[in-house]
Amino acid sequence: MEYNYESMLELEPYSLGKAEKQELLSRRLSSLSRQHYQTCDVYKRIADVFGVDWEQIDSYYQLPFLPVRLFKELDLCSVSEEEIIKTMTSSGTSGQRVSRIYVDRKTAGYQQKTLVKIVSSFTGKARMPMLIIDCPSVVKNRAMFSARGAGILGFSIFGRDKMYALDDNMQLDIEEITAFLEKHKGERIFLFGFTFMVWQHFYRELVRLRQKGVKLDLSNGILIHGGGWKKLESEAVSPGVFHQSLKEVCGLDDVHDYYGMVEQTGCIYMQCEYGHLHASIFSDVIIRRPEDFSVCGIGEKGVIQVVSVIPESYPGHSLLTEDEGMILGEDDCPCGRKGKYFSVSGRLKNAEIRGCSDTYAAKF
Amino acid sequence: MTNIEKYTNAFVEALEIKEEQVEGLEYQAINEWDSVGHMTLIAAIEDAFDIMMDTDDIIDFSSYEKGKEILTANYEVQF
Repeated sequence: MEYNYESMLELEPYSLGKAEKQELLSRRLSSLSRQHYQTCDVYKRIADVFGVDWEQIDSYYQLPFLPVRLFKELDLCSVSEEEIIKTMTSSGTSGQRVSRIYVDRKTAGYQQKTLVKIVSSFTGKARMPMLIIDCPSVVKNRAMFSARGAGILGFSIFGRDKMYALDDNMQLDIEEITAFLEKHKGERIFLFGFTFMVWQHFYRELVRLRQKGVKLDLSNGILIHGGGWKKLESEAVSPGVFHQSLKEVCGLDDVHDYYGMVEQTGCIYMQCEYGHLHASIFSDVIIRRPEDFSVCGIGEKGVIQVVSVIPESYPGHSLLTEDEGMILGEDDCPCGRKGKYFSVSGRLKNAEIRGCSDTYAAKF
Repeated sequence: MTNIEKYTNAFVEALEIKEEQVEGLEYQAINEWDSVGHMTLIAAIEDAFDIMMDTDDIIDFSSYEKGKEILTANYEVQF
Protein backbone atom coordinates (compact mmCIF):
# COMPACT_ATOMS: atom_id res chain seq x y z
CA MET A 1 0.00 0.00 0.00
CA GLU A 2 1.25 3.46 -0.86
CA TYR A 3 1.99 5.47 2.22
CA ASN A 4 1.93 9.23 2.24
CA TYR A 5 4.96 10.78 3.87
CA GLU A 6 3.37 14.19 4.26
CA SER A 7 0.96 12.75 6.82
CA MET A 8 3.84 11.24 8.79
CA LEU A 9 5.35 14.69 9.11
CA GLU A 10 2.32 15.75 11.14
CA LEU A 11 3.36 13.37 13.92
CA GLU A 12 5.63 14.31 16.79
CA PRO A 13 9.07 12.74 16.24
CA TYR A 14 9.27 10.77 19.49
CA SER A 15 5.61 10.07 20.08
CA LEU A 16 5.14 6.47 18.97
CA GLY A 17 5.65 3.33 21.08
CA LYS A 18 7.21 0.17 19.69
CA ALA A 19 4.13 -1.51 18.16
CA GLU A 20 2.78 1.60 16.46
CA LYS A 21 6.17 2.63 15.14
CA GLN A 22 6.87 -0.84 13.76
CA GLU A 23 3.62 -0.86 11.88
CA LEU A 24 4.13 2.60 10.44
CA LEU A 25 7.75 1.99 9.41
CA SER A 26 6.99 -1.43 7.97
CA ARG A 27 4.29 0.02 5.75
CA ARG A 28 6.34 2.96 4.54
CA LEU A 29 9.61 1.05 4.10
CA SER A 30 8.00 -1.87 2.25
CA SER A 31 6.36 0.53 -0.13
CA LEU A 32 9.66 2.40 -0.61
CA SER A 33 11.52 -0.86 -1.28
CA ARG A 34 9.02 -1.90 -3.94
CA GLN A 35 9.26 1.54 -5.49
CA HIS A 36 13.06 1.32 -5.73
CA TYR A 37 12.79 -2.25 -7.03
CA GLN A 38 10.80 -0.89 -9.94
CA THR A 39 12.79 2.27 -10.56
CA CYS A 40 16.40 1.39 -9.77
CA ASP A 41 17.88 -1.33 -11.88
CA VAL A 42 20.88 -1.92 -9.60
CA TYR A 43 18.62 -2.26 -6.56
CA LYS A 44 16.46 -4.74 -8.43
CA ARG A 45 19.47 -6.85 -9.39
CA ILE A 46 20.73 -6.90 -5.79
CA ALA A 47 17.33 -7.84 -4.40
CA ASP A 48 17.00 -10.57 -7.02
CA VAL A 49 20.43 -12.00 -6.17
CA PHE A 50 19.37 -12.20 -2.54
CA GLY A 51 16.12 -13.82 -3.62
CA VAL A 52 13.89 -11.33 -1.86
CA ASP A 53 10.29 -12.50 -1.83
CA TRP A 54 8.26 -9.31 -1.46
CA GLU A 55 5.10 -11.22 -0.59
CA GLN A 56 6.77 -12.73 2.49
CA ILE A 57 7.91 -9.43 3.98
CA ASP A 58 5.72 -8.12 6.76
CA SER A 59 8.27 -6.15 8.80
CA TYR A 60 11.07 -3.76 7.89
CA TYR A 61 13.44 -6.05 9.80
CA GLN A 62 13.16 -8.44 6.83
CA LEU A 63 13.99 -5.92 4.11
CA PRO A 64 17.34 -6.19 2.36
CA PHE A 65 20.03 -3.76 3.54
CA LEU A 66 22.75 -2.39 1.31
CA PRO A 67 26.25 -1.82 2.67
CA VAL A 68 26.94 1.94 2.70
CA ARG A 69 30.16 1.30 0.80
CA LEU A 70 28.09 0.35 -2.24
CA PHE A 71 27.29 4.03 -2.83
CA LYS A 72 30.98 4.53 -3.54
CA GLU A 73 31.21 1.72 -6.00
CA LEU A 74 27.93 2.02 -7.86
CA ASP A 75 25.70 4.80 -9.13
CA LEU A 76 22.51 4.12 -7.22
CA CYS A 77 19.71 6.28 -8.46
CA SER A 78 15.95 5.80 -8.76
CA VAL A 79 15.01 8.86 -10.80
CA SER A 80 15.98 10.15 -14.22
CA GLU A 81 18.98 12.45 -14.55
CA GLU A 82 16.85 15.53 -15.26
CA GLU A 83 15.10 15.17 -11.92
CA ILE A 84 18.29 15.32 -9.85
CA ILE A 85 18.70 18.73 -8.26
CA LYS A 86 21.80 18.01 -6.24
CA THR A 87 24.43 15.39 -5.72
CA MET A 88 25.72 14.96 -2.22
CA THR A 89 29.02 13.30 -1.49
CA SER A 90 30.23 11.61 1.65
CA SER A 91 33.22 12.95 3.47
CA GLY A 92 36.33 10.97 2.71
CA THR A 93 40.00 11.32 3.42
CA SER A 94 42.10 12.04 0.35
CA GLY A 95 42.55 8.98 -1.80
CA GLN A 96 39.26 7.50 -0.67
CA ARG A 97 36.36 7.15 -3.05
CA VAL A 98 33.33 9.10 -1.98
CA SER A 99 29.70 8.10 -2.03
CA ARG A 100 27.45 9.91 -4.43
CA ILE A 101 23.87 10.48 -3.36
CA TYR A 102 21.38 11.71 -5.95
CA VAL A 103 18.62 13.90 -4.62
CA ASP A 104 15.52 15.10 -6.43
CA ARG A 105 13.22 17.89 -5.38
CA LYS A 106 10.84 15.72 -3.42
CA THR A 107 13.51 13.92 -1.43
CA ALA A 108 15.33 17.22 -0.74
CA GLY A 109 12.09 18.62 0.66
CA TYR A 110 11.55 15.58 2.86
CA GLN A 111 15.12 15.81 4.14
CA GLN A 112 14.75 19.41 5.23
CA LYS A 113 11.27 18.98 6.71
CA THR A 114 12.30 15.91 8.69
CA LEU A 115 15.43 17.58 10.02
CA VAL A 116 13.34 20.54 11.16
CA LYS A 117 10.87 18.26 12.96
CA ILE A 118 13.62 16.37 14.78
CA VAL A 119 15.86 19.27 15.72
CA SER A 120 13.14 21.73 16.68
CA SER A 121 11.81 19.21 19.18
CA PHE A 122 15.11 19.87 21.00
CA THR A 123 15.74 23.54 20.23
CA GLY A 124 12.19 24.89 20.06
CA LYS A 125 10.62 26.61 17.07
CA ALA A 126 12.29 29.99 17.36
CA ARG A 127 15.25 30.61 15.07
CA MET A 128 18.37 31.79 16.84
CA PRO A 129 21.51 33.76 16.06
CA MET A 130 23.81 31.07 14.70
CA LEU A 131 27.51 30.58 15.13
CA ILE A 132 28.86 28.00 12.69
CA ILE A 133 32.09 26.43 13.94
CA ASP A 134 33.53 26.02 10.47
CA CYS A 135 34.89 28.06 7.60
CA PRO A 136 32.75 29.68 4.89
CA SER A 137 34.47 27.92 1.98
CA VAL A 138 32.82 24.58 2.87
CA VAL A 139 29.59 25.53 1.10
CA LYS A 140 31.21 27.23 -1.92
CA ASN A 141 30.68 24.58 -4.55
CA ARG A 142 26.94 24.67 -4.77
CA ALA A 143 26.15 21.78 -7.06
CA MET A 144 28.40 19.30 -5.29
CA PHE A 145 27.81 19.22 -1.61
CA SER A 146 30.20 17.55 0.68
CA ALA A 147 28.57 16.00 3.71
CA ARG A 148 30.09 18.84 5.74
CA GLY A 149 28.50 21.51 3.58
CA ALA A 150 25.18 19.70 3.50
CA GLY A 151 25.19 19.45 7.29
CA ILE A 152 25.88 23.14 7.74
CA LEU A 153 23.33 24.13 5.18
CA GLY A 154 20.65 21.83 6.55
CA PHE A 155 21.07 23.22 10.04
CA SER A 156 21.21 26.83 8.79
CA ILE A 157 17.43 26.95 8.75
CA PHE A 158 17.49 27.16 12.57
CA GLY A 159 19.75 30.18 12.42
CA ARG A 160 19.20 33.81 11.61
CA ASP A 161 22.05 36.26 11.41
CA LYS A 162 24.57 33.52 10.78
CA MET A 163 28.27 33.84 11.35
CA TYR A 164 31.15 31.53 10.49
CA ALA A 165 33.38 31.36 13.54
CA LEU A 166 36.46 30.28 11.56
CA ASP A 167 38.16 31.82 8.56
CA ASP A 168 39.32 29.76 5.60
CA ASN A 169 42.56 29.02 7.42
CA MET A 170 40.49 27.54 10.26
CA GLN A 171 41.46 30.37 12.61
CA LEU A 172 38.95 31.49 15.21
CA ASP A 173 37.86 35.06 14.59
CA ILE A 174 37.54 36.08 18.22
CA GLU A 175 36.91 39.78 17.62
CA GLU A 176 34.04 39.16 15.24
CA ILE A 177 32.58 36.55 17.58
CA THR A 178 32.75 38.89 20.55
CA ALA A 179 30.95 41.57 18.53
CA PHE A 180 28.37 39.02 17.36
CA LEU A 181 27.66 37.93 20.93
CA GLU A 182 27.49 41.55 22.10
CA LYS A 183 24.93 42.30 19.39
CA HIS A 184 22.81 39.33 20.51
CA LYS A 185 23.28 39.76 24.23
CA GLY A 186 20.57 38.02 26.26
CA GLU A 187 19.49 35.87 23.29
CA ARG A 188 19.89 32.13 23.00
CA ILE A 189 22.75 31.37 20.62
CA PHE A 190 22.74 28.34 18.35
CA LEU A 191 26.15 26.79 17.71
CA PHE A 192 26.69 24.13 15.10
CA GLY A 193 29.84 22.31 14.09
CA PHE A 194 31.57 19.00 13.65
CA THR A 195 32.91 17.41 16.79
CA PHE A 196 36.61 17.51 16.00
CA MET A 197 36.48 21.06 14.62
CA VAL A 198 34.67 22.23 17.73
CA TRP A 199 37.39 20.70 19.89
CA GLN A 200 40.44 21.63 17.84
CA HIS A 201 39.57 25.09 16.54
CA PHE A 202 37.07 26.34 19.08
CA TYR A 203 37.64 24.76 22.49
CA ARG A 204 41.45 24.69 22.28
CA GLU A 205 41.58 28.26 21.02
CA LEU A 206 39.30 29.41 23.83
CA VAL A 207 41.60 27.74 26.35
CA ARG A 208 44.56 29.58 24.83
CA LEU A 209 42.69 32.90 24.79
CA ARG A 210 41.61 32.50 28.38
CA GLN A 211 45.24 32.63 29.42
CA LYS A 212 45.36 36.02 27.76
CA GLY A 213 42.28 37.12 29.66
CA VAL A 214 39.80 36.79 26.78
CA LYS A 215 36.65 34.85 27.69
CA LEU A 216 33.40 34.14 25.88
CA ASP A 217 30.15 33.63 27.74
CA LEU A 218 28.03 31.02 25.99
CA SER A 219 25.98 29.92 28.99
CA ASN A 220 23.00 30.92 26.87
CA GLY A 221 24.07 28.74 23.97
CA ILE A 222 22.99 25.41 22.56
CA LEU A 223 25.54 23.36 20.63
CA ILE A 224 24.66 20.63 18.17
CA HIS A 225 27.65 18.70 16.88
CA GLY A 226 28.27 15.46 15.03
CA GLY A 227 30.55 13.70 12.62
CA GLY A 228 32.42 11.15 14.68
CA TRP A 229 34.65 10.72 17.71
CA LYS A 230 37.47 8.65 16.34
CA LYS A 231 40.18 11.28 16.58
CA LEU A 232 39.07 12.56 19.96
CA GLU A 233 38.90 9.04 21.33
CA SER A 234 42.54 8.58 20.42
CA GLU A 235 43.25 11.72 22.44
CA ALA A 236 41.19 10.30 25.31
CA VAL A 237 38.50 12.97 24.99
CA SER A 238 35.27 11.21 25.91
CA PRO A 239 31.83 12.76 25.33
CA GLY A 240 31.73 13.55 29.05
CA VAL A 241 35.09 15.32 28.96
CA PHE A 242 34.06 17.17 25.80
CA HIS A 243 30.91 18.53 27.41
CA GLN A 244 32.55 19.33 30.74
CA SER A 245 35.47 21.12 29.07
CA LEU A 246 33.19 23.34 27.00
CA LYS A 247 31.17 24.16 30.08
CA GLU A 248 34.29 25.14 31.92
CA VAL A 249 35.80 27.32 29.22
CA CYS A 250 32.71 29.24 28.06
CA GLY A 251 29.73 28.14 30.15
CA LEU A 252 28.24 26.15 27.26
CA ASP A 253 26.10 23.46 28.90
CA ASP A 254 23.33 22.59 26.44
CA VAL A 255 25.34 20.23 24.23
CA HIS A 256 23.91 17.61 21.88
CA ASP A 257 25.87 15.16 19.80
CA TYR A 258 24.12 13.59 16.85
CA TYR A 259 24.66 10.49 14.75
CA GLY A 260 23.82 10.57 11.09
CA MET A 261 25.20 10.07 7.62
CA VAL A 262 24.91 11.73 4.25
CA GLU A 263 23.28 8.60 2.80
CA GLN A 264 20.32 9.24 5.10
CA THR A 265 20.37 13.01 5.32
CA GLY A 266 17.47 14.42 7.30
CA CYS A 267 17.12 11.50 9.69
CA ILE A 268 19.59 12.26 12.40
CA TYR A 269 19.79 10.64 15.81
CA MET A 270 19.93 13.34 18.46
CA GLN A 271 21.49 12.91 21.86
CA CYS A 272 19.16 13.64 24.75
CA GLU A 273 19.98 15.23 28.09
CA TYR A 274 20.84 11.77 29.44
CA GLY A 275 23.49 11.27 26.79
CA HIS A 276 21.53 8.72 24.74
CA LEU A 277 21.13 8.83 20.96
CA HIS A 278 17.46 8.56 19.99
CA ALA A 279 15.73 7.15 16.91
CA SER A 280 12.78 9.27 15.80
CA ILE A 281 9.67 7.88 14.11
CA PHE A 282 11.29 8.71 10.76
CA SER A 283 14.08 6.20 11.13
CA ASP A 284 15.35 3.31 13.18
CA VAL A 285 18.49 1.43 14.11
CA ILE A 286 18.77 -2.33 14.12
CA ILE A 287 21.90 -3.88 15.62
CA ARG A 288 23.05 -7.05 13.88
CA ARG A 289 25.57 -9.75 14.74
CA PRO A 290 28.44 -9.61 12.25
CA GLU A 291 28.63 -13.43 11.93
CA ASP A 292 25.15 -14.04 10.58
CA PHE A 293 23.38 -10.64 10.60
CA SER A 294 20.81 -11.87 13.11
CA VAL A 295 19.35 -9.17 15.35
CA CYS A 296 21.15 -8.40 18.63
CA GLY A 297 19.36 -8.05 21.94
CA ILE A 298 19.39 -4.96 24.13
CA GLY A 299 22.89 -4.27 25.43
CA GLU A 300 24.55 -6.52 22.86
CA LYS A 301 27.16 -4.94 20.63
CA GLY A 302 26.91 -5.39 16.86
CA VAL A 303 26.90 -3.71 13.46
CA ILE A 304 24.48 -0.81 13.04
CA GLN A 305 21.82 -1.01 10.34
CA VAL A 306 19.91 2.21 9.73
CA VAL A 307 16.56 2.63 8.05
CA SER A 308 15.06 5.93 6.94
CA VAL A 309 11.63 6.69 5.51
CA ILE A 310 12.97 9.61 3.42
CA PRO A 311 14.92 8.46 0.34
CA GLU A 312 12.79 8.23 -2.78
CA SER A 313 15.33 9.31 -5.37
CA TYR A 314 17.97 6.73 -4.41
CA PRO A 315 17.68 3.33 -2.69
CA GLY A 316 19.24 4.38 0.63
CA HIS A 317 16.32 3.61 2.92
CA SER A 318 17.90 0.50 4.48
CA LEU A 319 21.67 0.46 4.94
CA LEU A 320 24.28 -1.49 6.80
CA THR A 321 26.82 0.94 8.24
CA GLU A 322 30.40 0.19 9.20
CA ASP A 323 29.76 1.39 12.75
CA GLU A 324 29.38 -0.65 15.90
CA GLY A 325 26.91 0.10 18.62
CA MET A 326 24.26 -1.26 20.93
CA ILE A 327 20.65 -0.63 21.82
CA LEU A 328 20.37 0.71 25.36
CA GLY A 329 16.61 0.45 25.60
CA GLU A 330 13.31 1.15 23.89
CA ASP A 331 10.47 3.50 24.87
CA ASP A 332 11.83 3.90 28.41
CA CYS A 333 14.57 6.55 28.37
CA PRO A 334 14.25 8.79 31.45
CA CYS A 335 14.04 11.80 29.09
CA GLY A 336 10.53 10.63 28.12
CA ARG A 337 11.14 10.23 24.38
CA LYS A 338 9.75 7.06 22.87
CA GLY A 339 11.60 4.81 20.43
CA LYS A 340 14.95 3.08 20.65
CA TYR A 341 17.92 4.74 22.28
CA PHE A 342 21.43 3.55 21.64
CA SER A 343 25.13 4.24 21.73
CA VAL A 344 27.76 4.13 19.00
CA SER A 345 31.02 2.59 20.12
CA GLY A 346 33.15 3.03 17.04
CA ARG A 347 34.01 1.74 13.63
CA LEU A 348 34.35 -1.87 12.57
CA LYS A 349 37.91 -3.07 12.18
CA ASN A 350 39.24 -2.47 8.67
CA ALA A 351 36.45 -0.02 7.99
CA GLU A 352 37.35 3.16 6.21
CA ILE A 353 37.55 6.42 8.08
CA ARG A 354 34.44 8.45 7.38
CA GLY A 355 32.39 11.09 9.11
CA CYS A 356 32.79 14.83 8.70
CA SER A 357 34.74 15.14 11.88
CA ASP A 358 36.94 12.10 11.44
CA THR A 359 37.97 12.64 7.83
CA TYR A 360 38.97 16.20 8.60
CA ALA A 361 40.83 15.03 11.69
CA ALA A 362 42.83 12.51 9.67
CA LYS A 363 44.98 15.45 8.52
CA PHE A 364 46.20 16.05 12.08
CA MET B 1 10.13 51.77 -2.02
CA THR B 2 6.82 49.91 -2.16
CA ASN B 3 6.55 46.42 -0.67
CA ILE B 4 6.51 44.76 -4.07
CA GLU B 5 9.66 46.66 -5.04
CA LYS B 6 11.38 45.62 -1.82
CA TYR B 7 10.31 42.03 -2.36
CA THR B 8 11.48 41.90 -5.98
CA ASN B 9 14.68 43.65 -5.05
CA ALA B 10 15.44 40.97 -2.44
CA PHE B 11 15.25 38.32 -5.19
CA VAL B 12 17.37 40.35 -7.59
CA GLU B 13 20.10 41.04 -5.04
CA ALA B 14 20.15 37.77 -3.12
CA LEU B 15 20.02 35.52 -6.16
CA GLU B 16 21.91 37.90 -8.45
CA ILE B 17 19.32 37.67 -11.18
CA LYS B 18 17.50 40.14 -13.44
CA GLU B 19 14.21 41.74 -12.49
CA GLU B 20 12.55 40.21 -15.56
CA GLN B 21 13.28 36.72 -14.19
CA VAL B 22 11.33 36.90 -10.95
CA GLU B 23 7.72 36.54 -12.18
CA GLY B 24 6.71 32.89 -11.95
CA LEU B 25 10.12 31.87 -10.63
CA GLU B 26 10.19 28.61 -8.68
CA TYR B 27 12.64 27.21 -6.15
CA GLN B 28 15.28 25.01 -7.83
CA ALA B 29 14.19 26.16 -11.30
CA ILE B 30 17.43 28.08 -11.81
CA ASN B 31 20.92 27.38 -10.49
CA GLU B 32 20.96 30.58 -8.45
CA TRP B 33 17.89 29.59 -6.42
CA ASP B 34 19.26 26.42 -4.90
CA SER B 35 19.39 25.61 -1.19
CA VAL B 36 22.31 28.00 -0.63
CA GLY B 37 20.56 30.77 -2.54
CA HIS B 38 17.39 30.05 -0.63
CA MET B 39 18.90 30.90 2.75
CA THR B 40 20.46 34.08 1.31
CA LEU B 41 17.10 35.03 -0.16
CA ILE B 42 15.27 34.44 3.13
CA ALA B 43 17.81 36.58 4.97
CA ALA B 44 17.35 39.37 2.41
CA ILE B 45 13.56 39.25 2.71
CA GLU B 46 13.74 39.24 6.50
CA ASP B 47 15.98 42.30 6.39
CA ALA B 48 13.79 44.09 3.88
CA PHE B 49 10.62 43.73 5.94
CA ASP B 50 12.22 43.48 9.39
CA ILE B 51 10.55 40.15 10.14
CA MET B 52 11.66 36.73 11.29
CA MET B 53 10.14 33.84 9.40
CA ASP B 54 9.25 30.45 10.89
CA THR B 55 11.13 27.38 9.71
CA ASP B 56 7.89 26.00 8.23
CA ASP B 57 7.43 29.12 6.13
CA ILE B 58 11.03 28.97 4.92
CA ILE B 59 10.40 25.43 3.70
CA ASP B 60 7.05 26.32 2.11
CA PHE B 61 8.56 29.32 0.32
CA SER B 62 8.63 27.52 -3.02
CA SER B 63 8.09 30.26 -5.59
CA TYR B 64 8.01 34.02 -6.09
CA GLU B 65 4.21 33.97 -5.91
CA LYS B 66 4.03 31.55 -2.94
CA GLY B 67 6.39 33.81 -1.02
CA LYS B 68 4.03 36.75 -1.43
CA GLU B 69 1.16 34.66 -0.08
CA ILE B 70 3.20 33.61 2.96
CA LEU B 71 4.31 37.16 3.72
CA THR B 72 0.76 38.46 3.51
CA ALA B 73 -0.84 35.61 5.47
CA ASN B 74 1.70 35.32 8.28
CA TYR B 75 3.69 38.57 8.45
CA GLU B 76 1.17 41.27 7.60
CA VAL B 77 3.03 42.37 4.49
CA GLN B 78 0.53 43.70 1.94
CA PHE B 79 1.32 43.83 -1.76
